[in-house]
Amino acid sequence: MTTFQRSPGPPPVPGPPVTERTDRVSLHPLAWWAWGAGIAVALTRTQNPLVIALLLAAVTLVVVTRRDDSPWARAFGAYLWLGLVVIAVRVAFYVLVGLPDGSPVLVDLPRIPLPGWVDSIELLGPVHAAGLLGAVYAGLRLAALIITFGAANALANPKRALRCLPASLHHLGTAVVIAVSVTPQLFSAAARVRRAQLLRGLDGRGPRAFAGRLIPVLQDALDQALALAASMDSRGYARGHRPGGDRRVGALLLVALLAGLIGTYGLLDGTAPDWLGPPLLAAGAAVAVVASVLAGRQVRRTRYRPDPWGLPENLVAACGVAVAAAIGLGAALEPDSVSASLSPLTWPTLPLSGVIAAGAAALPAVLPGRSTR
Amino acid sequence: MIEFQDVSVSYDGTPALRAASFTVGEGELCLVVGPTGSGKSTVLGAACARVPHFSGGLLSGTVLVAGRDTRDHLPRDLADVLGVVGQDPLASFVTDSVEEELAFAMEQLGVAPALMRKRVEEVLDLLGLAPLRGRALADLSGGEQQRVAIAAVLTAQPRILVLDEPTSALDPGAAEDVLAALTRLVHDSGITVLLAEHRLERVVQFADSVISLTPDGVATAGAPAAVLAHSAVAPPVVELGLLAQWDPLPLSVRDARRVAGPLRERVRTGLAAAVGTTRTGAPNDRADRTPSGSAALLAARGLHVRYGAAHAVRGVDLELPAGEVVALMGRNGSGKSSLLWALSGRGRRSGGTATLADGTDPADLIPAVARREVALVPQAPSDLLYLPTVAAECAAADEQATAAAGTTASILDSLTPGIDAARHPRDLSEGQRLALAVAVQLAATPRVLLLDEPTRGLDYTAKAHLVAALGELRAGGHTILVASHDVEFVARVAGRVVLLAEGEVVADAPAEEVLRDSPTFAPQVAKILAPVGVLTVADVREALAAGAAAEGPP
Repeated sequence: MTTFQRSPGPPPVPGPPVTERTDRVSLHPLAWWAWGAGIAVALTRTQNPLVIALLLAAVTLVVVTRRDDSPWARAFGAYLWLGLVVIAVRVAFYVLVGLPDGSPVLVDLPRIPLPGWVDSIELLGPVHAAGLLGAVYAGLRLAALIITFGAANALANPKRALRCLPASLHHLGTAVVIAVSVTPQLFSAAARVRRAQLLRGLDGRGPRAFAGRLIPVLQDALDQALALAASMDSRGYARGHRPGGDRRVGALLLVALLAGLIGTYGLLDGTAPDWLGPPLLAAGAAVAVVASVLAGRQVRRTRYRPDPWGLPENLVAACGVAVAAAIGLGAALEPDSVSASLSPLTWPTLPLSGVIAAGAAALPAVLPGRSTR
Repeated sequence: MIEFQDVSVSYDGTPALRAASFTVGEGELCLVVGPTGSGKSTVLGAACARVPHFSGGLLSGTVLVAGRDTRDHLPRDLADVLGVVGQDPLASFVTDSVEEELAFAMEQLGVAPALMRKRVEEVLDLLGLAPLRGRALADLSGGEQQRVAIAAVLTAQPRILVLDEPTSALDPGAAEDVLAALTRLVHDSGITVLLAEHRLERVVQFADSVISLTPDGVATAGAPAAVLAHSAVAPPVVELGLLAQWDPLPLSVRDARRVAGPLRERVRTGLAAAVGTTRTGAPNDRADRTPSGSAALLAARGLHVRYGAAHAVRGVDLELPAGEVVALMGRNGSGKSSLLWALSGRGRRSGGTATLADGTDPADLIPAVARREVALVPQAPSDLLYLPTVAAECAAADEQATAAAGTTASILDSLTPGIDAARHPRDLSEGQRLALAVAVQLAATPRVLLLDEPTRGLDYTAKAHLVAALGELRAGGHTILVASHDVEFVARVAGRVVLLAEGEVVADAPAEEVLRDSPTFAPQVAKILAPVGVLTVADVREALAAGAAAEGPP
């Protein structure tokens, strides 16, 4: 009979002892996601580079002032780098295959001849000012979206966010949380086995050494997974859950998904008819809620010390809504305010709506946090 | 509370448990004992419905847990009456902080939030975990983790607790903490406990009943003293009681000490007689184990190991002369493993030197050469093994060590005879797997062997095999450094003990001196017969023989 054993060969690197818990004093994770979502909607609605740059600065400011010392928060820097890479790639593509326009030529690069059957594309060639700026602006917008996502992730621990899932998704959420926690263990097991095999004189190159490492690591991972599954089972996980579930739930979820898909498209594409956006999205959400309630009836579970939703959360979420509303209103009242002002090529002006939006986005940096309970 | 009626379990036709019938009553602490592979885990698994629902296998007969038949109740259906705690607490943790872990079972059972909050606070107090409530589980020490694992099942307010070797990974102090918490639960809350434990000396005095299993899976249940007198495994206090023919058999150091007066006198005179006469040269002669004056095979000077801010080993000086068995003891996290790895040359070293007899440093040698001088068997011996059969593993070891074909297999046979070469290393018992890893490492004929916690999961028989095997290696001129928590094992095998605390050597002396007077590290026999200087039952037997020999010829 096999007994489960997991013993670190050499002791693992001990981390600094976490005595102070930071997640209890931080806000409800969904508040930050609402804030991020508001900014994301605003970003998709404007092309004005000054507004985008201001929003980006506001997001970064909030992250720097409000994040805690978790690994998620430290990952924000990686999102900033990713944003830079996105801009660089976008500009490189324009220089390589960009289309000519009427604006002044900045640099006239030599053309690379292509075979005759690709006549609509040319490699390199003249670089126009408007086209180059357009590429930079578009890259900036995409980068800002990615960084906003990173900001929400840095401010709200994703594990705690997953705990907010409705009852119907409870089992799924628990499984995802475990998968997230188990991944680092695989890396430490691999390092441990590699060190152990050095003891045997296997110096770790070539396919044989790889197989030699892989097998103990996988055995270890399987043992751990089985031990964890046994532990969860004995502690009542998935108790009273009927396999298969309710057929109505599946059908409703499919409808909700389709409505959500089309609705999102309508919302993001400014040229789509009005009824395709928010109304369809709302209908989809309503159907999803019904499905979730139906599915949730099959699961009996409670939550220990759920994150409270109070005034600070309302304020942060309201900031997100205000950002989206300011840009949306600005676009409706003064269409020029959201344009990139590339034709004719002029210096973009900073509209009032943009200033208001950026101010609202930056406001959580100075809003009061939740006091320690 | 737990009732086995004629229960037999078999896996793929191999019986693991034969026709077991017994009842564990309300509020009882029942101990399951038996050698490795005798079906202890099967009994525990059947009691918590993991056998056969989770493990597979065929179960006949009836198991009733709090009146529920495990035939139609899955483990999760017993979650409100029965809590399970395993050997490795980290493997059972679902969340990553203490408080959330305590709440997990209640969340699954749908306990009302207000009640949940109250129960978490109560259990935190019951097990003394309140100062740790916000800590990350991975940052806790082994003993704290095991207490959290117990607390995490207690919050569901089970009436039965099933524990599978809860202290096997813990140092003596942490094990005391866990067992103290357990006995308090039994006495204060009247919870029923079913407990398996290899190191019986720690728990047998708390047990109300014992289920003893033979290697072929036959179970005997009854009162502790009656069952243990005929059991295949017994703690030193019982062995000593049987040797001295005490009746009734004492189970605790306290009981034994009260009847040990006459024996103490006989051992004292025996020891005096042995000193007066010439040494008999018995294989167990402890003075033999500490040779003096030979050159050190491996010497460390001012070794430091740091992991970031943590300073695991702080300036350790250590000499390992040829033909010596040295035990490295200390709390969990006192730097034992780090020191072994640093000595082997493969682990991290932040300062200081380690030199072999010829002056070279094992860290400067490439791994394949270094293992001819110093070999380390890590805490999880299976990390060294990766091939599908024992035979393939032995052949690969011969090739890697450039030894003659069959070398590893013959070493393995001398360590543990009779291992089927066609088996998968994972199907071996803990003791056999350890023997295989040791054989693989010895194939390169290293003079120095370092063992990290080799007795984890070994039963008394396997430990006796290991003691004998290490004795032979020592006689062959090998030097062995063994890190262990197991005081009874150390008392039997080591001539010298090095005690580490917070990365520093706090004692480096012959085993008698270190072990005899220590409140936590003294073996049972030393506690019973103090102030007479004996550590093991074998020592007592030898002293009695010497005494009888001195009296015999007038």
